[in-house]
Amino acid sequence: MLNGANDNNWEILTKEQIETEFDIVKMRGLVRHFAKEKKLGIVDQTRITTAVSELLRNMHQYANGGLFIIEIGNYEGNNALIFTCIDEGPGIPDLELAMSDGYTSSEGMGYGLPGTKRLVDNFEIETEVNKGTKVRIMKWI
Amino acid sequence: MLEEKRIPIIKIREFLIVSIQVDMHDKMAIQLQSQILTEIEKTGAKGVLIDISVLEMVDSFIGRMLSGMASMASIMDAAVVIVGMQPAVAITLVELGLEMPGINTALNMEKGMEMLEERLKENNSNPIKAI
Repeated sequence: MLNGANDNNWEILTKEQIETEFDIVKMRGLVRHFAKEKKLGIVDQTRITTAVSELLRNMHQYANGGLFIIEIGNYEGNNALIFTCIDEGPGIPDLELAMSDGYTSSEGMGYGLPGTKRLVDNFEIETEVNKGTKVRIMKWI
Repeated sequence: MLEEKRIPIIKIREFLIVSIQVDMHDKMAIQLQSQILTEIEKTGAKGVLIDISVLEMVDSFIGRMLSGMASMASIMDAAVVIVGMQPAVAITLVELGLEMPGINTALNMEKGMEMLEERLKENNSNPIKAI
């Protein structure tokens, strides 16, 4: 499912290491920039920026950061903006639980994955305990 | 540097007015929260208007910060009104599934101010007697 970025003819727009909260703010701006450039409506711009913000915060909070890639390309017949987060963090032990609505972790916030999924057109996740997590979201353009 | 930016809090009569003009990173949001609570304590303000009309995005963290602040302020006898949320932001928050209990909202500053004045009037006419 989530192979390396090079298995597709997708064009990489940005590839950035996320380390600090400032990186998250910077990437939010960049995501909105590309969404605007690809003529997404204001609501979709906001949806995708918010979804990316949620994923990057997870990555920052649980995995101490990771790699964030923005690509553009074709996925199953759809032209898409593609956002991938790759970390080498602790992974998610019970993915099914994390993906179920209403699940919250001990801090009362969970990973917010079901909510994030609702904001995008395609959502894929791969995770392995003690190895890391890859999340890829897409918005058709 | 980003870190040096502070969001100004203005006091007008019994109310504090905060206008968030930048995309906040998490620490900044937390700092704003404690800044506002400190100001409530210092000034005895009865209400806080937070203008988010230029915010292009409210994610779960900022959403929780805002509703947390409303609960804290209410314990300190101050009401919080969030003013001017963009339609796209409101749509996204609902889809995200974020509930913001205890949050009062108003379309604009003027309506928000009216809400706070209304509340103040009610409180003054029905003072709770000390036990």
